[in-house]
Amino acid sequence: MDFELSEEQSLLKDSVDRFVQDNYAPEMRAKLVETDLGFSRDHWKTMAELGWLGMPFSEDVGGFGGGAVETMIMMESMGKGLVLEPFFTTVILGGGLVAEAGSADQIEAIIPSVIEGNTMLAFAYAERQSRFNLSDVETTAEKSGDGYSLNGHKAVVYHGATADKIIVSARTSGEARDESGISLFIVDKDASGLEVQGYRTVDGQRAAEVTLDNVAGELLGEEGKAFPIIDKVVDAAIGALCAEAVGAMAEANEITNEYLKTRKQFGIPIGKFQVLQHRMVDMYMEAEQSKSMSDMVAMKLDLGYSDDTRKAVSATKAQIGKAAKFIGQQSVQLHGGMGMTDEYSIGHYFKRLSTLEMLFGNTDHHLSKFSSLS
Amino acid sequence: MDLSFSEEDLAFQAEVREFFKTRLPEDIKDRCDRGLHFTKEGQERWQKILNENGWMAPNWPVEYGGTGWTTTQKYIFAQEMGNASAPAPMPFGVSMVGPVIYTFGSQEQKDYYLPRILKSDDWWCQGYSEPGSGSDLASLQTKAVRDGDDYVVNGQKIWTSHAQYANMMFCLVRTDPNAKAQEGISFLLIDMNTPGITLKPIIGLDKEHTLNEVFFDDVRVPVKNRVGEENKGWTYAKFLLGNERTSIARVAQSKRKIAKLRQIAKNEHVNGGRLEEDRDFMRKLNQIEVDLMAIEYTELRMLSMIENGKKLSAEPSLLKIKGTEIQQRLTDLLVESLGMYGLPYEPQRDYSGSNEAPIGPEYATGPMAEHLYLKAASIYGGSNEIQRNIISKMVLGL
Repeated sequence: MDFELSEEQSLLKDSVDRFVQDNYAPEMRAKLVETDLGFSRDHWKTMAELGWLGMPFSEDVGGFGGGAVETMIMMESMGKGLVLEPFFTTVILGGGLVAEAGSADQIEAIIPSVIEGNTMLAFAYAERQSRFNLSDVETTAEKSGDGYSLNGHKAVVYHGATADKIIVSARTSGEARDESGISLFIVDKDASGLEVQGYRTVDGQRAAEVTLDNVAGELLGEEGKAFPIIDKVVDAAIGALCAEAVGAMAEANEITNEYLKTRKQFGIPIGKFQVLQHRMVDMYMEAEQSKSMSDMVAMKLDLGYSDDTRKAVSATKAQIGKAAKFIGQQSVQLHGGMGMTDEYSIGHYFKRLSTLEMLFGNTDHHLSKFSSLS
Repeated sequence: MDLSFSEEDLAFQAEVREFFKTRLPEDIKDRCDRGLHFTKEGQERWQKILNENGWMAPNWPVEYGGTGWTTTQKYIFAQEMGNASAPAPMPFGVSMVGPVIYTFGSQEQKDYYLPRILKSDDWWCQGYSEPGSGSDLASLQTKAVRDGDDYVVNGQKIWTSHAQYANMMFCLVRTDPNAKAQEGISFLLIDMNTPGITLKPIIGLDKEHTLNEVFFDDVRVPVKNRVGEENKGWTYAKFLLGNERTSIARVAQSKRKIAKLRQIAKNEHVNGGRLEEDRDFMRKLNQIEVDLMAIEYTELRMLSMIENGKKLSAEPSLLKIKGTEIQQRLTDLLVESLGMYGLPYEPQRDYSGSNEAPIGPEYATGPMAEHLYLKAASIYGGSNEIQRNIISKMVLGL
């Protein structure tokens, strides 16, 4: 049992930290958020050149064969700077689904292109009624000639408008919320009948509503048997998001702690007031415990996928959801009026942390799931 | 980064599990399982069994009788001990004064006291708090004045746990009344049978006698019983408190309580069903379980940092705060799980050999007593508010 990074892992961490330091000063990020795209294609190219986009993929398709620990390291460092590029949706989520469910041909067609930075992916899973239930799928797919025809509506698809290919979950058989009968499809961004309505989200990122009207889709994996794969890839993705939250919480605490030392009222730094000290300590303790859970879940994911892993993922999301809300909200509170401004960075941490609490199931959802697995 | 156990670790786990299964006496296990106070005889009997196996002081350096276990093995040992409802050795000797003696003591002190701790020949108590010195420990007033080869000690200690069983006390005394508070304190080892020492019991809100007042009236303590240098006692006291905090989270014991709560929830009735079907109750239990995982892996992460040579400052205070909060939430929920049968309270009544049946379900004896007693957990070892002050200053630099 060992929580220390290997030398290679330390180098990876240093490399991402340096990228964030050089490119994600608050004013630099603010500019990116305001562009149409919402991130930088140049940064994306840099990430490809540094090999980051191939980190979790196997070596025979040109990847680095990294595990959940490597993903955790990268996501945590990116979380510190609230990085905007769609690393998570393309590499972890979309790439994860293709690598897990795809045929050799499909993997060969997509993953090398992802690694080179030429293909972006998104995963359209949520629907108007589904909330956090991954099996609540009403979008349908019917056989049509050699392929399938998809109909339905997918909600809040992160980076859906910039994706070259959207992976869509759709029902090929079964009743609403059945776990069996769900299939995955690859939908090209130019497919006819596909309507993608892009918009901004509260965390400065981009998402889209995706409407499918007799859209051609290519089956990814076996028909009707996608649910266990979705569940597994989403659990790994939750691990990655938790790591991002850990990075963001550490940075929010750092910024807030610094503010307590410099902001003066009644003639002394406000960090001299015990009521604020204890609040800050509570924030520190939540962040530390979240870091421990995030490390634990990454290591467990690397040991294999079992009920114990599933339970650990939900426990981690529940802890980190609670911590993310607490730290995000208290960071703003301790900044007083400054916390209310768009210009100052702390509010952006609050908004991304609130988003992370929600994505792939909020704290209540995962506490219930943890309980049902106990 | 790696969370897996090696073949050797798994073999070690099997060995430890077998040891607790076969060597832990049933009466001792039962009291521990119920959260009742140990008996002195039972505790000593159990410590001697541990020591026969060489497992009395896993954290000590090997040269003084430690086991040389890896962090993982220590973790396994603690987990199995908790699972088996085996009481840990009394902390005052093994976890508190022992490390101070082997780190700062003279050769003579090491040779004499350390084996006696391992063999349970001495029963130690801690002379720290005074009526006017609780959280502000450094303001302590019990004074020791040099007279030839002795110190003459006068003053009073309070909240001294289990002093009625102790034959030895490690004690903070003021040796220089003119120095700054922290700089005039010395660390003495005092024989409790020395003339001039009197004890007065304090009955706790759990109706038990755990706490005491200890009075010193011209008590002569040989100078050779001072640990380290004169007036440097505060350094040793802080070292001791830091040591204490890494073991204070009591994760394994809390895990055992969660298992017990799940068992009780299967048996207790509510609205025609079982308590385990009550969403409100189970939600509280599941939240505690998640919180316990968070503290468990934080403890492991810190142990891993220490093993890899990183120096921690006040980070272990986090374990004390969160570990004790969970202990208290668990006993609170245990009492809640009993419904009305949380209320009958006769902790000292012994039904063995009597025709009378105990009141309520079998598992109802214990939880309330422990719930009351563990109110102390967020107060002792430096209150949780003081721990927050320490983190604020040492870690956050506020």
